[in-house]
Amino acid sequence: MRLFFFLLLYFIQVNVLKAQTEISGQIKDNKNKPIPGASVTVKDSYDGGVADSTGRFKFITTEKGQKLLVVTAIGYKGFEQEINLDAPLQPFSFTMKEEPDELKAVVISAGTFEASDRKRAAAVLTSLDVVTTASANGDVTGALKTLPGAQQVGESEGLFVRGGAAAETKIFIDGTLVNKFFFQAGPNIAGYGRFNPFLFKGTVFSTGGYSALYGQALSSAVILESIDLPEQTSASLGLTVLSATAGYQQLNKKKTASWGINYDYTNLGLAFGLVKQKQDYFTVPAFHNIEGNFRIKTSASGMVKYYGNFSNNHLGFTTPSIDAPNYLDKFALKNTYQYHNLSWRERLGTYWRLAAGVSYTNNKDNINGALQDASKKDVTVNGLEFKNFAFDKRGHYVNTKVVFDRRLPGLSAIRFGSEYNFSDDPSVYTDYTNASYKTSLKQHTTALFAESDIYVTNNVAAKVGTRLEHSSYLDKTNIAPRLSLAYKLGKESQASLAYGIFYQNPETQYLPAVSPLDFSKATHYIAQYQKTTSLQVFRVEGFYKKYEQLLKTGTLYNREGQALSSNGFGDAKGFELFWRDKKTVKNFDYWVSYSYLDTKRDYLNFPFAITPNFAAKHTASLVMKKFVLPIKTGFNLSYNYASSRPYYNIVNSGGSYKFSDRGEVPDYHNVSFSLNYVPTVGKKDARSFVVYVLSVNNILNLKQTYGYQYSYDGVRKEAIVPPSRMFVFIGAFFSFGIDRTQDAINANL
Amino acid sequence: MKKLLFSLTVLAGLSLAVKAQDDKYTNAMIPKVIAIDTTHSTPELLTLSAAFERIADAEKNKWQPYYYAALAQVNAAYMMGMQKPDASKTDPMADKAEALLNKADALNPNNSEIYVVKKMIATLRMMADPMSRYMTYGPQAEQALQTAAKLNPENPRVYLLQGQDKFFTPEQFGGSKTEAKILFEKAGQKFETFKPSGNIDPNWGRTTLQYFMAQLPK
Repeated sequence: MRLFFFLLLYFIQVNVLKAQTEISGQIKDNKNKPIPGASVTVKDSYDGGVADSTGRFKFITTEKGQKLLVVTAIGYKGFEQEINLDAPLQPFSFTMKEEPDELKAVVISAGTFEASDRKRAAAVLTSLDVVTTASANGDVTGALKTLPGAQQVGESEGLFVRGGAAAETKIFIDGTLVNKFFFQAGPNIAGYGRFNPFLFKGTVFSTGGYSALYGQALSSAVILESIDLPEQTSASLGLTVLSATAGYQQLNKKKTASWGINYDYTNLGLAFGLVKQKQDYFTVPAFHNIEGNFRIKTSASGMVKYYGNFSNNHLGFTTPSIDAPNYLDKFALKNTYQYHNLSWRERLGTYWRLAAGVSYTNNKDNINGALQDASKKDVTVNGLEFKNFAFDKRGHYVNTKVVFDRRLPGLSAIRFGSEYNFSDDPSVYTDYTNASYKTSLKQHTTALFAESDIYVTNNVAAKVGTRLEHSSYLDKTNIAPRLSLAYKLGKESQASLAYGIFYQNPETQYLPAVSPLDFSKATHYIAQYQKTTSLQVFRVEGFYKKYEQLLKTGTLYNREGQALSSNGFGDAKGFELFWRDKKTVKNFDYWVSYSYLDTKRDYLNFPFAITPNFAAKHTASLVMKKFVLPIKTGFNLSYNYASSRPYYNIVNSGGSYKFSDRGEVPDYHNVSFSLNYVPTVGKKDARSFVVYVLSVNNILNLKQTYGYQYSYDGVRKEAIVPPSRMFVFIGAFFSFGIDRTQDAINANL
Repeated sequence: MKKLLFSLTVLAGLSLAVKAQDDKYTNAMIPKVIAIDTTHSTPELLTLSAAFERIADAEKNKWQPYYYAALAQVNAAYMMGMQKPDASKTDPMADKAEALLNKADALNPNNSEIYVVKKMIATLRMMADPMSRYMTYGPQAEQALQTAAKLNPENPRVYLLQGQDKFFTPEQFGGSKTEAKILFEKAGQKFETFKPSGNIDPNWGRTTLQYFMAQLPK
């Protein structure tokens, strides 16, 4: 009996083994396209199949009874379905939904250019592009000037975006505001950015319509993201015609923390000896720059980062005075600067994320101006006494920001937080009689903001935000709504729209005002179409920007440029094109930018609404890059063009402002060339990394005129030109990786 | 006595059942393990990877099926990338392979073979966009391979991959067919003495080696 039972069991088992069920069907996405490679599995068994190029699958299973069928595919939401294997099955027809995917999803890109190594629709440049653009001179903002929207203004630092003045662009590092981003170089000379572009892994250049997380910028926000932990412990050394630099960066064994220090000494004496400058320097510009950083990984996704910068520089020069023939204008500047930025980002639970940051800036400028006679002695000339002065400006700035981010299903998210900004700008002005005038201006600006990313599908997204700001100085509060939409038209193309209101406090240099002021206000409307492949980007964008409550200035108690009212206004409209192509010619990469701008404004001392002197109607750039492998050398060429800009001499006559002269400067052309020789490239086991750089700015030695300046009495007029026409830079940079492979292996064992 | 007999029978039955389960696993694995060396098309490799993944998910405590699922996924991506590098296609495959390999790594840490595949994943990511990625993934690949060599200096696949790197890298970037040949020969010697721990443990690479040896200038 028992034997019979066993035999029965045996036969049943064999029969069960032999009983086979065929499972077949087709798998498609919600657009009815087959999903080749999708996998179908009978759960907890070895049986399953994979969809072929038509999405069809077929397999045989020996499993029996109620089972789960698991359907998965890369990029799609997997699912399970109950099946009964005791009966024959009809072919299945499965539809899979796309997984929300940051790489595939539409990106709100209206008004945004991104330079980073992330694969996103807005990322039109890589972080390496910033340093290999010929005309950029290793300056982040220099590279941004080759993108549409930015003007080719060479006589002062800063980014002039879409009809906006430089002060309308704010720069942020790891979320917090950077004050005094640029070195000051003297009247009509543009200073460089203080920060090394290699500090940043990502740059977002917004030419308008930016997020509610940022404020106090009427036109543009440049958002810089500093690098996380370095790849390895390394020491670096650089030697150029301008500077000597040395640095050390240590990464701990566990790769959870790093610290670094960098010292840089710049002296333009040698370069100025070789390339004749327009200015006659009695104190050659010299800079000491010390940077320190630490970065600590606090959890799998949490990190604390600190970056600090101390710098000290001085310069002094004379130029023939336009106000008094045969006399010289003296300008001397001493600057000490420190900047500290501490940021923390952390994931709090599954859905919440926190980003917090604080920055502190302390800036001190001692400016000394005088009229000098031919023997270079300070003299006071009747009627021009104002030319002899000392101006001590200090600035203390604190900016803090906290952002909470709550992830919602899919890619949607909601974030909110607050920002607080404190500025204190005390100054002492000493005139030729040694009488001192002190001013002090403390301002507190507090903001609350909330914004939500709403992804309806991978193809439709919206960003809705609001920012509330209060200024203690103005004693006013504003509400700034922001809205952007993006719609994916095809696999590679998308359209976006952006709208927003932006407020900014009046510029400190014109304060205090005699009567109550208001925030300056800009309203942006942007529409964009973009088509992107991994090798080509095409973009066209149109915009309209309306300015209200711009600052108007006047002369009061003999003080020029004092804030009078917020009755200024203006607008800017235009369109921009961008085309980047790495495909057509192999190993050759180029991009073309074109901007058309039509803008007028009535602000500061303008008699009525006019095109400001920093706005050219047509601006274009062509940037070319080619890396020639056999000689390990990169060749970079860029051409920047701007059509004629207007210039004005505005004078006060009987209490009102009038033009005493106006005109247009010639078109601007600049061709720059740079060459990077990287002998160590591709050597995998090389312990050092070496780059030799040669760059020539304005290689064709073209005459560039930025505008005109006038003598005090308006009789004489002089072109504002660069300090030298052509500029040549030569440098060598070495980085020595201190090999820790052995340590890494030991740590793994 | 009857009881004892019954117990013995049950015991024998049970052990048979366990053996049957083991046999089922081994029998399912062996042909697929052999197929690793002979499958060269993307769809076939993806099918193979899915088959390994099914076994892995059904067994859950065996590292080999996860390892092979990752390896087949990487090979599928290589085949695809060789025709036309496209990061948007190969990156998700690299992610998938990495997720599978991490499971193998958790079940069997410090295994030289797993570091070999780690190296292959890093190289796969780098190849999708070498100009902007070699600074990140180059050292990662190098380090994984060095760890693999350290963990088992007798692993022939370490030298096979080193040889491939030398073979494919342009000469101005430090590649060399002569050095590749030396490394391939070393891999050949290691293959002669290499004994896998079991009949489903990694033992692939001989056909690849033959292919490269045939490509080398005589």
